[in-house]
Amino acid sequence: MQRRAGGKGGLIMTIVYSDREDEAAAQVPMRRIKFTVNGEKKIAEVEPRLLLAHLIRQGLRLTGTHTGCDTTNCGACTVLVDGQAVKSCTMLAVQVDGHEIQTVEGLASASELHPLQEGFREEHGLQCGFCTPGMMLAAKALLDRNPDPTEEEVRWALSGNLCRCTGYQNIVKSVLWAAAKLRAQAPAD
Amino acid sequence: MYPSRFRYEAPHTVAEAIRLLAAGGDNAKVLAGGQSLVPLMKLRFAAPELVVDINNLPGLSYHRADPDGTLRIGALCRHADLERSALLAGTQPTMAAAAPLIADPIVRNRGTLVGSLCHADPQGDWASVVLSLGGSVVAEGPDGRRSIPMTDFVTGPFQNLLAPDEIAVEAVIPAAQGERRGGYLKLERRVGDFATVGVAVSLETAGEVVRRAGIALTGVGASTIAASAAAAALTGHSLTAESIAAAASAAAEAARPRTDHRGSAEYKRHMVATFVERILTRCSAEPAERAA
Repeated sequence: MQRRAGGKGGLIMTIVYSDREDEAAAQVPMRRIKFTVNGEKKIAEVEPRLLLAHLIRQGLRLTGTHTGCDTTNCGACTVLVDGQAVKSCTMLAVQVDGHEIQTVEGLASASELHPLQEGFREEHGLQCGFCTPGMMLAAKALLDRNPDPTEEEVRWALSGNLCRCTGYQNIVKSVLWAAAKLRAQAPAD
Repeated sequence: MYPSRFRYEAPHTVAEAIRLLAAGGDNAKVLAGGQSLVPLMKLRFAAPELVVDINNLPGLSYHRADPDGTLRIGALCRHADLERSALLAGTQPTMAAAAPLIADPIVRNRGTLVGSLCHADPQGDWASVVLSLGGSVVAEGPDGRRSIPMTDFVTGPFQNLLAPDEIAVEAVIPAAQGERRGGYLKLERRVGDFATVGVAVSLETAGEVVRRAGIALTGVGASTIAASAAAAALTGHSLTAESIAAAASAAAEAARPRTDHRGSAEYKRHMVATFVERILTRCSAEPAERAA
């Protein structure tokens, strides 16, 4: 895949396939999709079988989203689509047409880490770091819905994300740390 | 991994979806939640030529009760919708118990109950739950709608009765004759694993007497098993230690488990009896519609 600059700062992604001179390839229409990633509007031309994880990693070059098991088990590739946690290895890229994607790159602002990222630093929530982006996005989906979760609710919400360093204790502590910070930051109403 | 090449359509009406399926013939697949289909396509166990994505069809995300208590679950109602449903928590103890045990929380955001029924995995949880409740699937095709009882819907592992040009548009759970009790228990090695053993028990009671019972088993046969003799042991009786023991032993007898990496056949059979007994004991101790 490669990408080139589109007009007015937008990026149009072009995906390059090997030409095996097969008829099937000629019959498969490419689809143009429009979507938002971390607040930026994008247009891409994709073959329908392209997976969302591949669009994000190879097309958008947002390599913070990891592919681990590639079989819907580990949750390393978790991103948010319209605010809901999904495993991006198990969704077609064409399905995000008209939708909003958030990846781990969208958590921090230019100057500040997101409280979840701070929490993972403060509570030593990562070891090798491979599962971390998926953990943080699954946690964000939880905290958006439930700002004051119990430890049990955090464990339950993260049960689709595997950490092969088995650092679960500190991951749970990190999420609870972030929840407390986010509550403290929230404007009183 | 990525799927083999396919044509993709995302229609906006059911009629259009049916037309596409009719033209696609045997090599077309419906994509709803995609949490089973996409992995199968990536592994190349499934290689449809046409994928009809129904996620843009309007008005199929519902689950709602008719005035008479009949429950309807639309084809795009996600497991997560059911897990968080106040309606199920208040009126459908077996379904409310099963919803949080489907796959894992992230898969539950996408996967659908109707899709799970259509996928007809012998280790799928919803098929047992719907079977125990005497439910059915509504299919829509070029000639309109028809209702297919769950007892007939699954014809074998990963096979169902749908014609190539039909879409399962909703699942239907009939209204209870009396108060509902029941539960679903699942033995799994870890969250997200397929069931080693799953047991669904659905009772409809009048006072202490069981008027209708349904017991169905997950993961202990080539398909979901309706343990009819076990259910018959309860119907017309109250829940006593004797009737519970009779149902548990009849359910274990109905199981057809195989020894595999998840456990021995003997162990699985034992767990069927244990789960039936555990759910029924809870049902006998708790008020109706509260048992888990």
